[in-house]
Amino acid sequence: MVKKLFLIFALLLGNCATVQAQTLVFTAIPDQDESRLRSRFDKVAVYLSDTLGVKVRFVPVKSYAAAVTAFRNNQVQLAWFGGLSGVRARNLVAGSQAIAQGEADRHFVTYFIAHADAGLRADAAFPRGIAGKTFTFGSKGSTSGRLMPEYHVRRIFGAAPDKVFSRVGFSGDHSRTIALVQSGAYQLGAVNFKVWENELKAGKIDLKKVSVIWKTPPYPDYQWTIRGDLNRVFGAQFAKRVKAALLALRDPVLLASFPRQRFVSAANADYKPILEIGKSIGLID
Amino acid sequence: MTSTARERAAARGQPSPMVRTSVVFVGIAVLAAFAADIEITTADPWSEFGRMALGAVTPDFTATERLAEAVAMTVAFALLGVTVANICGFALALAFHVRAVRVGCAVVRAVHELFWALIFLQIFGLSPLTGILAIAIPYTGIIAKVYSEILEEADHAPLRIVPAGSSRISVFLFARLPEAWVHFKTYALYRLECGLRSSAVLGFVGLPTLGYHLDSAFRQGNYAEVSALLIVFYIIVATMRRWMHRRLLPVYLIGAILMMPGGVDISMANILRFLGSDIVPFPLRMAQSIDGATLAALGHWTAAMFTEEALPGIVNTLILTMIALVVSGIGALTMFPLISPKFFGKRQRIFGHAVLVIIRSTPEYILAYVFLQLWGPSMAPAIVALSLHNSAIIGHLIGRHTESMKIRADAPRGVNLYAYDILPRIYPQFLAFLFYRWEVILRETAILGILGIPTLGFYIDSAFADVRYDRALFLIIVTAALNIAVDTLSRRIRSRLRLKTTLDNG
Repeated sequence: MVKKLFLIFALLLGNCATVQAQTLVFTAIPDQDESRLRSRFDKVAVYLSDTLGVKVRFVPVKSYAAAVTAFRNNQVQLAWFGGLSGVRARNLVAGSQAIAQGEADRHFVTYFIAHADAGLRADAAFPRGIAGKTFTFGSKGSTSGRLMPEYHVRRIFGAAPDKVFSRVGFSGDHSRTIALVQSGAYQLGAVNFKVWENELKAGKIDLKKVSVIWKTPPYPDYQWTIRGDLNRVFGAQFAKRVKAALLALRDPVLLASFPRQRFVSAANADYKPILEIGKSIGLID
Repeated sequence: MTSTARERAAARGQPSPMVRTSVVFVGIAVLAAFAADIEITTADPWSEFGRMALGAVTPDFTATERLAEAVAMTVAFALLGVTVANICGFALALAFHVRAVRVGCAVVRAVHELFWALIFLQIFGLSPLTGILAIAIPYTGIIAKVYSEILEEADHAPLRIVPAGSSRISVFLFARLPEAWVHFKTYALYRLECGLRSSAVLGFVGLPTLGYHLDSAFRQGNYAEVSALLIVFYIIVATMRRWMHRRLLPVYLIGAILMMPGGVDISMANILRFLGSDIVPFPLRMAQSIDGATLAALGHWTAAMFTEEALPGIVNTLILTMIALVVSGIGALTMFPLISPKFFGKRQRIFGHAVLVIIRSTPEYILAYVFLQLWGPSMAPAIVALSLHNSAIIGHLIGRHTESMKIRADAPRGVNLYAYDILPRIYPQFLAFLFYRWEVILRETAILGILGIPTLGFYIDSAFADVRYDRALFLIIVTAALNIAVDTLSRRIRSRLRLKTTLDNG
């Protein structure tokens, strides 16, 4: 029995040890369309591999935190992060850099949405009438679904969301936020504007039941971040070559996975506002 | 076996201790229900509910990429985890008289497999070790306990006829083990079913099992895909006893090992960093030296963690657990006749078995989400989800238990048979199962925390989401302590009521 157990572990470890040291592994946070994620991102891997001349592999992750951890542990070297997860990852990995973002990510927006029964109307000014109602964020680690909406709620009311609202939830995902507000399970929610507009286009939203009542001011969001220690493994200027490959990406099929029109240059300094907001509301130590 | 206690109580004109205990627990649950937030806020759930229902009847088996791989992985992780746990658990069962072993097993089984997985994800990443250890470690603790109880309760008659001077090993092999072996086998199969569920659920945190796709499909509202995945999972669980033959086990195990994904780097530096720095409380980690100021900061950190997260988490966890325990009991007593030959014929029971497999194999997380759509956010969806799931498990065990019961030729039928014959006879076994499940229900509240009900699991999930492992570990330790307390209490009650403590009837 013990021998069998030993054998199992030996085989397992042997199996794990076959690491391809020369493979660039990347991931993407899971907050857009998750269906057929592997097939779609495997195509991105092929593009990067052909352009860079190294092996590239995509690994799927289930949460923002898992993406940050994998990046920190060097199990992935390149990642498509959200604003907050990117800041967290770069704080944990010295020398890592934001290299590219979507054009839309320079001025990303969160929509506050409300069920019709909540009796709130769209307004350019912050809707103070939301106090005392039920409210759902998206994922706990999301910039558009958590960080920015919480920041604005705290800014206006000077109190934590669970003091402002009668009930606060975390739907875990933008699509579910919309579903939960549309069904009236929560009266209000905060959602990534791109997901809202995609679902609206797909006919999943009934505007008689749920509608946008406020749009946040723009903030920087998603970006590609790369570790700083890759030149040793993949040769000089590797980060720059990855950046160039991303900026040169034009295939609409590949870009649709993100979904972005194209990528533009980004730098760590672009995300300073996110870092400061994260610290100010206690999400970053 | 409790007849003497019951007779004594009856002679004094009092209800039996078992009835009194039941009444006390129902009372606690009613009080908890007053304290619980079970407000129902319906608006118009029917369009989303309609979409779910439509999805349920139009399963789409082509929507999931690499479905076969996910099925194989679900079985592989379960097989490897449960096998390792059986071997280690059996070895530890032999040493269960050692206090350190007992305490160690209590600690490892007090932590939900999802939390083990989240811990191992930090150090091993998405390597197969993460999934196997997340199942094997808590299961070892459970199996060691159950096997040691089976050995203890096994018939000791053969021991009396062992020739004097036999070695301890031969006594064990020839007098004790054969008696217990059949119980081990039944229990190991039951554990494998649990392992399949755990393995699927581990997909929620990223392992490549069915839960991975289930979670994605559910998030996106692709209910046709959700129902296809659930059907596949029900089939795996329902047919387990058909494909799981002892002789095929080595083949399955080798297959499982070969299938494990490679290519994930396990680095010592990551392990050391996690253990040496990440889980050290923030004030200590930041301190230059251990002085008065550091200790004061640490005290402040601990106090804040306790009052702001641990305490409300404990209160909500206990409220949810107590209500779910009692509702599960009521549900189990309602459900078990569905699969009992004493009440239904063979064909009807196939239907009963199907219903129970579906209810107990649907992850509570999904049940809770469906009810959340219907009733809005409160503890109500969590209570119903947990209770349904556990009712079906206990109902299944009790129903199986009635299979071997003998009833008199002139026994009444239907409701009278249920109330005056079967129920009193199964009640001790029922209470034993229910109290056994108490600790399990407590542990399962964790996963509902991840859905947003503010149990301890909610705060632990937040800590992991914020990449604050010191907080996560603090709360996991609190959770484990709470589990151990409930487990101890449950054991005391079971032994006071002289209930059989083993769960060998699966």
